[in-house]
Amino acid sequence: MDNILALHNLKKYYATQKAVDDISFSVKEGSIFGLLGPNGAGKTTLLRMITGIIYPDSGDIIFDGKKFDPENDISFIGYMPEERGLYKKMKIGDHAMYLAQLKGLSKNDALTKIKYWFRRLEMESWWNKKVEDLSKGMSQKLQFVTTVLHQPKLIILDEPFSGLDPLNANLIKDEIYELAKQGSSIIFSTHRMEQVEEICDHIVLINLGQKILDGTVYNIKQDFKENIFSIKLKNAETGIQSNPLFNIVKQENEKLTVQINSGITSNDVLLHFIQQGIMVESFNEILPSLNEIFIKLVEDTKATTRAFQTN
Amino acid sequence: MNKIYLIAQREFLTRVQKKTFLLTTILLPLFIFAFYAMMIYFQVKTGNNTKIAIVDKANIFDGKFTQDDEIEYKLVGAAMTTPQLNELVDLKKFDGYLVIPADFQLNGKDTLQLNSGKSIGMVTREKIQGKLGKVLEEKRLLSLNITKNQLDSIQAGNKIKFANISGKEDSESTVTISYVIGVVAGMLIYMLLFIYGSMVMRGVMEEKTSRIAEVIVSSVKPFQLMMGKITGIGAVGILQFLIWIVLVIGLQMVLLPLLFPELMHHTSQIAIQPAGVRAAQAVQENGGVGAILDGLSHINIPLIVGCFVFYFLGGYLLYSAMFAAVGSAVNEDPQDAQSLMMPIMMPIIFGMVIMFKAVNEPTSGLAIFGSLFPLTSPIVMMARIAYGVPDTVPYWQLLVSAILLIGGFLGTTWIAGKIYRTGILMYGKKITWKEMIKWIVRKN
Repeated sequence: MDNILALHNLKKYYATQKAVDDISFSVKEGSIFGLLGPNGAGKTTLLRMITGIIYPDSGDIIFDGKKFDPENDISFIGYMPEERGLYKKMKIGDHAMYLAQLKGLSKNDALTKIKYWFRRLEMESWWNKKVEDLSKGMSQKLQFVTTVLHQPKLIILDEPFSGLDPLNANLIKDEIYELAKQGSSIIFSTHRMEQVEEICDHIVLINLGQKILDGTVYNIKQDFKENIFSIKLKNAETGIQSNPLFNIVKQENEKLTVQINSGITSNDVLLHFIQQGIMVESFNEILPSLNEIFIKLVEDTKATTRAFQTN
Repeated sequence: MNKIYLIAQREFLTRVQKKTFLLTTILLPLFIFAFYAMMIYFQVKTGNNTKIAIVDKANIFDGKFTQDDEIEYKLVGAAMTTPQLNELVDLKKFDGYLVIPADFQLNGKDTLQLNSGKSIGMVTREKIQGKLGKVLEEKRLLSLNITKNQLDSIQAGNKIKFANISGKEDSESTVTISYVIGVVAGMLIYMLLFIYGSMVMRGVMEEKTSRIAEVIVSSVKPFQLMMGKITGIGAVGILQFLIWIVLVIGLQMVLLPLLFPELMHHTSQIAIQPAGVRAAQAVQENGGVGAILDGLSHINIPLIVGCFVFYFLGGYLLYSAMFAAVGSAVNEDPQDAQSLMMPIMMPIIFGMVIMFKAVNEPTSGLAIFGSLFPLTSPIVMMARIAYGVPDTVPYWQLLVSAILLIGGFLGTTWIAGKIYRTGILMYGKKITWKEMIKWIVRKN
């Protein structure tokens, strides 16, 4: 698969801080990509550069195999910013038409597509309502529609689920999967890890303007695993002690959480119990959640400062 | 370009389709008309309001007092005592009384006292002072054995006619009409700059605070968004202006003569503003409405209308870009807008001040400077053009002024575009002028 987007050594410095400091990564076509980072990490600056709103100080953006040309490529990108609003006094149908036409769709084309999406998301009856009469969730849906209706190759969603109830969040999630299946690539920016874990194929974590993690969700979890296993035993009359094989992290009756020491395999541990005649009912590896990885990494980098050196 | 058009179209339609647009567009001329009608009504109806009793103990007036149509003077018996006079005032028979003491000398040194129930207003005071002064002066002259004929010939003044060197008569009414047109056109541009400039500013602020800007700039360049907004609102302005012109002219041509058939004789009393006074005086001297029409025929109306549209558009484009920049820099707090607007409002107000100088002295150095300098020229030049091209405003000045104005709005638009681009996406921070200057200087 080709890359829809590749960033090479992207930099954007503001007067007081390095908003984006030498970031490179690529997004595969048709994938769902997670861009993660705490507040103020530089996500929005990065996304604004990818959408052509601001220009990088240095570095290249390669979009669909060619150097990114904001003027023309912008119509192949759909961007739903975190700070998003609508014209309050406009009718919903008119508003959708307006945004669609700004993306370069013709009037007829825009009308057909809006009707399709409104039907799909059960918004047909809204056409003549005013935006100010919409609830937050409803306007979120409208914003999602206007982001994707021009069939962009790259869809960028910044915190798409904030303010949505679980029902509507699922609806949007399904649409995201569907769009990816149809070949759109999706960049999904958030600091809500459980959503990322569920949706994304590949993630990049940035903090203080720098990339601190890049990989598939599976690989990252493997990289950060600490050999922790949950074991359930039966007939373990004698108390289990930490030993050269493992340390006990937590013990609750016959349920153990252990960390296996380096150089020891899980089979060694199983053998240890079997030889002692202890029945092993279950034996699972506990992988760290992205949330834990995120917090660990962000706290590690907190000490370093992003401000320019004074001399 | 197509995107600017789309944005302008939305800005235009959302404003024009609003009910308030129709309301203000129709109500404002009605309001102006009602205002004028009221002014005229009060002008026609005043006079005879103030009644002054004169107690002529020195018998200067010999029982006769020439009347004036504005204030009614009445000689009352010299035997009236102060309590009696006070009672008359209390009964509202008179507004006040003036006692001329028996030992009053006509040498102009004695002071007379007028007692009144309520305090008498400035204008009436001056009228009374003038009237009595004139009457007493006449009496004084007559008392020096000057005959009435001699007096009349002293008081008659010589008239001076103004003409240019080729002998073409430069009638008073033409100058007055020029004056009126200059003031009205300058005032109108001043008002329109403010109205539509702040409309642009509010629009930008709305886009910023409602966070729609970020959505839009992912589809169009910030500069296109700004230009679309300016063009759209400018189109609203022109449409509204055209409707107003038609309505105002229509109302004044049809309704005014209907309501006030006697108006044509009373125009001389309209004292709405200095221009009005002067126009009225000129009309009085030159014989009514005919003179106005005569004066108008000397004025190049198509040129003035053409220049008005040009200077309105030029000034609007110049200032609205700056208003847009300010709007983009403002956060939720409207108080910020106030302080940021100051530097923009100063030149407009300054232009207004120069304009009032320029209508009186259209060829003075200040007037010429004001009409060339792009920040003030939309207002000041209109005041000068009314006096005639190329007599008062040579062609080269008009040309330089136009070029500078075009250059000026290209310049402010360019600068404003830079501020706008950064400001529109900047939240939660109070932005100072110093920062804005940094954005302008910064590359890309």
